Amino acid sequence: MTTYVIRRLLLIIPTLLILTILVFFLVRFLPGNVIDLLEADMEYRDMEIDREALMRMLGLDVPFYVQYARWMEGIFLHGTLGKSLFAGHTVEEKIIAGLPVTIQLGAMALVLGQLIALPVGIYSAIRQDTPADYVGRTVAVIGMATPNFWLALLVMIYPGIWWGWSPPMEYTPLSEDPPENMKTLIIPAVILGTAMSAGTMRLTRTMMLEVLRQDYIRTARSKGLRERVVILRHTVKNALIPVVTLAGAQLPILVGGSVIMENIFNLPGLGRLFVDALGQRDYPMVSGINLFLASIVLLNNLFIDLLYPYLDPRVRYN
Amino acid sequence: MNDPAGTPALEILPKRRSRLVEFFVRLGREKPLGTICGIIILLLVLVATFADALAPYPYYEMHLIDRLQGPSAQYLLGNDEMGRDLLSRLMYGARLSLGVGLAATTLTVVVALLIGGTSGFLGGKFDLAIQRFVDAWIAFPGLLILLTIMSITGRGVSQMILVLGLSGGVGASRIIRGAVIGIKENDYFLATRAIGSPTTATLLRHVLPNVMPVMIIIFSISVGGVIMAEASLSFLGFGLPLDVPSWGGMLSREGRQYMEIAPRLALWPGLALTIVVYSLNMFGDAMRDLLDPRLRGGEG
Repeated sequence: MTTYVIRRLLLIIPTLLILTILVFFLVRFLPGNVIDLLEADMEYRDMEIDREALMRMLGLDVPFYVQYARWMEGIFLHGTLGKSLFAGHTVEEKIIAGLPVTIQLGAMALVLGQLIALPVGIYSAIRQDTPADYVGRTVAVIGMATPNFWLALLVMIYPGIWWGWSPPMEYTPLSEDPPENMKTLIIPAVILGTAMSAGTMRLTRTMMLEVLRQDYIRTARSKGLRERVVILRHTVKNALIPVVTLAGAQLPILVGGSVIMENIFNLPGLGRLFVDALGQRDYPMVSGINLFLASIVLLNNLFIDLLYPYLDPRVRYN
Repeated sequence: MNDPAGTPALEILPKRRSRLVEFFVRLGREKPLGTICGIIILLLVLVATFADALAPYPYYEMHLIDRLQGPSAQYLLGNDEMGRDLLSRLMYGARLSLGVGLAATTLTVVVALLIGGTSGFLGGKFDLAIQRFVDAWIAFPGLLILLTIMSITGRGVSQMILVLGLSGGVGASRIIRGAVIGIKENDYFLATRAIGSPTTATLLRHVLPNVMPVMIIIFSISVGGVIMAEASLSFLGFGLPLDVPSWGGMLSREGRQYMEIAPRLALWPGLALTIVVYSLNMFGDAMRDLLDPRLRGGEG
């Protein structure tokens, strides 16, 4: 087990290194030069610019590999992801500013998703092949096929037409006015959560059915335990092990979903920051957010893998 | 016993059905929902192919006098903000969605086969190095990497196919790699190596045919996701060009801008998308269950 953990931790180093190379060089191939964009912008404002000086200021006057070396030096020696090309913020400042919104949205979506998925999945399994099971499964499969940005649009359109109610489009920080803040986040969180709950519900049902067929369940029933106890203590506990893993593995989907939700519902999180940075061709910002989120996913995946033997003692890595 | 044609049981059969026909009969009998979804896809493919003949109007033809009109006998689903017929635009949208989806998924399978096949077949240090690259790639939240690359390449149909196909292929290569490693553990594989058959022959005669079902499964379960990804990118403004009627693009532009006046502009493209992705997912599930029940994932 210890060898396995060490091996996994060591393997993450080259992967992270490849990640930085991918992130850095991918973004540097953007067509349309950021200098041209800035130039056009400044001409529009009637400002004089010195192209050379601008390049030097942004560090774009040296070859790619020197830029990469400087970037890596910044990350490892100074703990900075670089400066945004606009507004003079550092990338990590912007990330830290946007992170709470994205985390809050993600956490709310995750909790809501599980709150929907687990009861439906469990019920669907104990009432296998009844109309309730059938309806639950059909809704889940349709839910998987429904684009979340379409759902978001529908929520913005139809309640307005039917009841004159539309979701609030102005973000209020949690620290300022918690109830108002919840109002702005609850709709996108519900949409994200339901989108993710479909997969979880299906897995919960499958695992429940699998566990219900086990000998120890028959033992539990034949020794006269009440059905409630058999389901809750013996079945659910064992069936939910892979479901926990799935919740972790859904992190990339959650990130992608919050990019879309933050853009539709005007939330100042990382996803919105990312799309804005792409539009402005803000190289350091795009690289920084990509590296940050990808590293988190990578560490998250590692964490789930290492957590698994503790959740399920039958699994032992060698 | 070595000659199946000589056994009486087979002589009684009037005609031997091909394995393909056999497969479709099984599909229809065991997976009715999957079959219906397959038929829906087939119909949509026909609509997409013959959109020029079937669409009442060209998708770009403007009837400014009828702009933002509701459904009528003349325009079955109404018009958009430039008076273009919504139904015609949806039909051409099907061409783009399915075209991009099928082409990108084909590329996905090819890329997955090349990367996963070589990595799994060669093994050793090569495999270890390639897999670190795949690890790094998979760690990217899918939408982020797609957005980043699309902003590099710019909007476009061929860019879209390349980006979706390549990035999907790197991810799916893991499944092929697993299958190839599984094949290598079989006795027949050991036997061909032992009698010294050349590597190309081994690959073509033993590895490829055994990976085939896995490839079909990857294809059929990926198409829906690829179409969804295309629509998401087009919705965020990094997908297909503005002048083509893509469903994602229609939702993000006229669907959002005119949602108070003409909500149906946001209703229909999304509904079309949902139906296509649903049908593809169900059909994909059915194919997977028939071809390789062991690959059942979160199937309920």
